[in-house]
Amino acid sequence: MKFLLVEDNLELAKAISNRLQVDGHVVDHVGKISEAIDYFASYEYDLVLLDVMLPDGDGRTFLKHQRTQNDGTPVIVLTARSQVSDRISMLDLGADDYVTKPFDHAELEARCRAVLRRKSNDRQTTKQFGNVEFNSIEGRLSVGGKTVNLRNRELRLLEVFLNAPGQIFSKQKLVDRLFSYDEDVSENAVEVYVGRLRKHLSGSPLMITTLRGLGYRLDYG
Amino acid sequence: MAERPQISGSLFKRLTAILIFGSMLLSIVLFFVVREFAARIAQAGQDSILEASVSSIIDAAVIRDGRVEVDFPYASFSMLDTDQNDRVFYAIRQDGQLLSGYKVIPQTDRLRTDSAFFETRILAQSKFRIASAQRVLIGSQRSTTVSVYVAQTQDSLSQTLKQISLNVGALCLVFFTFTAILSYIAALATVRPLSRLASSVQRRSGEDLRPFKQPVPSEMVPLVSSLNSLMNRLDQTLTRSEDFIAEAAHRVRTPLATVRSYAETTLQRVTKSENRNALKAMMRAVDESSRAAGQLLDHAMITFRADHLDKQQVDLSGIVEDLATSLAPIAEMKDLKIVLRTDGPVHVEGDPILLQNAFRNVLDNALKYAPFETEVTIQVTDSPRPTVTISDLGAGFPNDEIQALTKRFRRGKNAKNSIGSGLGLTIAQDVALAHGGSVALTNGKSGGACVTFYL
Amino acid sequence: MRYFLSVILAFCSSLCAAQVWEDQRIFGAAEATQQLRILSSTDTSFLVPVIDAFLEDRPNLKIEYLVHGTSTIDLLYRQNPGDFDLVISSAMDLQLKLVNDGFGKQVDDIDLPKSAKWRDTLFAFTKEPAAIVLNRAAFPNGDLPKTRQDLITALRNQPDVFKDKIATYDVRTSGLGYLFATQDARSSETFWRLMEVMGGLGTRLYCCSGQMIDGLVLGDIAVAYNVLGSYAEARAKTEPALAVILPSDFPTTMMRTIFASDAAQTNLEAEAFIRFLIEQQRDDGRNITGLPSVMSFGTQQSIPLNPALLSYLDALKRRTFIEAWENALVQ
Repeated sequence: MKFLLVEDNLELAKAISNRLQVDGHVVDHVGKISEAIDYFASYEYDLVLLDVMLPDGDGRTFLKHQRTQNDGTPVIVLTARSQVSDRISMLDLGADDYVTKPFDHAELEARCRAVLRRKSNDRQTTKQFGNVEFNSIEGRLSVGGKTVNLRNRELRLLEVFLNAPGQIFSKQKLVDRLFSYDEDVSENAVEVYVGRLRKHLSGSPLMITTLRGLGYRLDYG
Repeated sequence: MAERPQISGSLFKRLTAILIFGSMLLSIVLFFVVREFAARIAQAGQDSILEASVSSIIDAAVIRDGRVEVDFPYASFSMLDTDQNDRVFYAIRQDGQLLSGYKVIPQTDRLRTDSAFFETRILAQSKFRIASAQRVLIGSQRSTTVSVYVAQTQDSLSQTLKQISLNVGALCLVFFTFTAILSYIAALATVRPLSRLASSVQRRSGEDLRPFKQPVPSEMVPLVSSLNSLMNRLDQTLTRSEDFIAEAAHRVRTPLATVRSYAETTLQRVTKSENRNALKAMMRAVDESSRAAGQLLDHAMITFRADHLDKQQVDLSGIVEDLATSLAPIAEMKDLKIVLRTDGPVHVEGDPILLQNAFRNVLDNALKYAPFETEVTIQVTDSPRPTVTISDLGAGFPNDEIQALTKRFRRGKNAKNSIGSGLGLTIAQDVALAHGGSVALTNGKSGGACVTFYL
Repeated sequence: MRYFLSVILAFCSSLCAAQVWEDQRIFGAAEATQQLRILSSTDTSFLVPVIDAFLEDRPNLKIEYLVHGTSTIDLLYRQNPGDFDLVISSAMDLQLKLVNDGFGKQVDDIDLPKSAKWRDTLFAFTKEPAAIVLNRAAFPNGDLPKTRQDLITALRNQPDVFKDKIATYDVRTSGLGYLFATQDARSSETFWRLMEVMGGLGTRLYCCSGQMIDGLVLGDIAVAYNVLGSYAEARAKTEPALAVILPSDFPTTMMRTIFASDAAQTNLEAEAFIRFLIEQQRDDGRNITGLPSVMSFGTQQSIPLNPALLSYLDALKRRTFIEAWENALVQ
């Protein structure tokens, strides 16, 4: 996905960008509202991450501008405030959701997915691999015309594999991606989800291979 | 809270007292003036009768056969009859020599022929009003002067004056009562704009710092102006401190977010377990402090708002539905399902922001403690009273701590792995209490915590 | 009058060590320590029931009742106001002047109409008209005169019948006579014409009503003018020859009055006596004195109690009046 990150704090912007890139997303970063409006006019984005307090104005200014442009690109606001009223007023102005700094990227990702699911009915976000169709937004997987709705962790695991086919993922890495750091799970918990995915993918050209001692790899063909 | 100001008398009482004292003074002055006036009129009445008596006697004086005869009419004295039977003295003198009557009446050298001379004297232990006049009679040999004195006591006059005093006194009393009532009303009317201003200040909620726009009497303009300017400064100060807090939060949270993002990214890359643990500890510390800060602010806001509840008609089902939507992505991360059971709209009088905050805190906890791929249930019912129940299928509350749990900063024993939920239940209970309701903590039959709001 | 000790006392105005009275009686126990002295022009008989009743529950009180003519009473009293506790007289003018001059003592709350008291000091207890009293023998055809004019006509028509048989007060010595005469003169000129006629017929002058009535009863007198009607009525009950005429042209009515002397010592008993007398002197047929009460004769006005009564007591006016009276009557 392609993000426009509007954040004046360079360090944070870098950290967020890095983190998003780990997940295979593309990020454009701007530090001012004026720049954001310029970028927004020139490129297409799947999602805007908008900081509230910016040197040349309030995040609300951007929201108002975007609304006048009649643009439907989802906006998730990054706020440092925690007061309920402030959050609500942001939503009233047209933001689709918000996360409070500091945030868990898994949560951000979940929110992004939820927002996109709400707003991108017309968007073609389906990936195709032979007889496999995968809609990551809807969490829908169909193999040879047989469709299953993936659970969240199955979906995220599949995404991790599909973003880097042929790459070996250690069990630990997969745990990091699927579970929150404070969830006390053993590496073997991954095996459950890998097992589930294999079952869903049986009869397709996609195959998860176990590499003993190393981890897992998605093979195509 | 607000210190009670020192009281130095009451404006209303002072004004009333001054006005009533004024009207009392006025009544007393009125009393004496009217009585004096009446006394003069009454005295003039007696004088004119005395003068008529004197002149009727003196007119009867004639010289017959060289002798003065005064065959005065019966009416000369009958006209002096009064209600109080005043005594009558008289004297008829010829060239100063007493011809007849009472010799106790002293002669006066101020006798006139054209009109009567009046004086008041004590004769025979009583006060008499004396009228006197003289007339020159021309006889054949010589002329002679006849003087006539008629004196009368003043019993009737003083009786009349007493009556007049009583009447005037009653009149003045009525006047006084009337003006006193008017004074009271006037004082009330004068003070009313003040008390109206005071009550309008009192009615306002704490955050309402708009200037007063209602028209006020010109005398109150300085007060209202300075009040408005004070409000303005206060508003600015508050706005500034709000901005300050927001700015502070921003300043703190932004680097925290940076740290957390980096830590997360780094965690993906390191494999050494001690490094990983360090990173995890870092992230936990960041999350805990940010969450604690957020809840402290929320709690402070709730404590503040609870004193000035912004009550309105709210639909509990609506609030809960919005909340479920907003927290759905979080639930999804754990493959949790938020099950909403409502009987349609449930309306209560309440502060929607506070209620939402309370439910959010409880739902946050539920999502945190619920095991993977389970359900968190929110139930809204209308009868017997509006109730919101949030239950999960987690470990439930420790039985021995169920009561103490709602105390501030207390966390359940089994919550060691979840991020600071200490204030969540306290917030929930404070909000419920502010709405005249309560919160009950129970554990489900098959385990799981259950928080019930009775509103 | 039956109780007369002395007949001719009218001129006894000089006070001797032992005053001679028309009547003098002491009521009550001789050993009583308290005494009321009542100076009165009213015949003792009228006051006896009052005094007796009053003394009934006052064993320690005796009352000395002293009777004299009105003018003498005035004179005696003015000389020694402290010697007398109560003064009763039919001469309203003299009484009013005494009170006006400050001799009376105020007695509050006496239940009398305002017209019957003056300064709450002088109290009227009877209302008695002046009457023409006739001996029916002098009018054989029974044609009794109803008015003064009738009387003038009757006298003129039969001068021989009435010659020296007419009586009236000597106004020079009788206070009441003077009061009646001056009030008559004030009311109508008829008075002077009557006086002239009476003067022409040789009128006899008396000091008191009683003597005139005695004369009528004896037949010495045929007509008495301005006799006290109440006395005459009392006698007429036993003397059918007497005819009492209240002249219908204008009535002259006096009120008998009483006051307590301010100079006397026994003020409380004097006050009590006045109260008692006024209470007993009711207009319900039980008036204790037998004299008509102040409410009698309906609306008929008596000579009013007001300062005008002082007029004819004025020395100059009296001189003028007496001169005119003498000119008419004493020829």
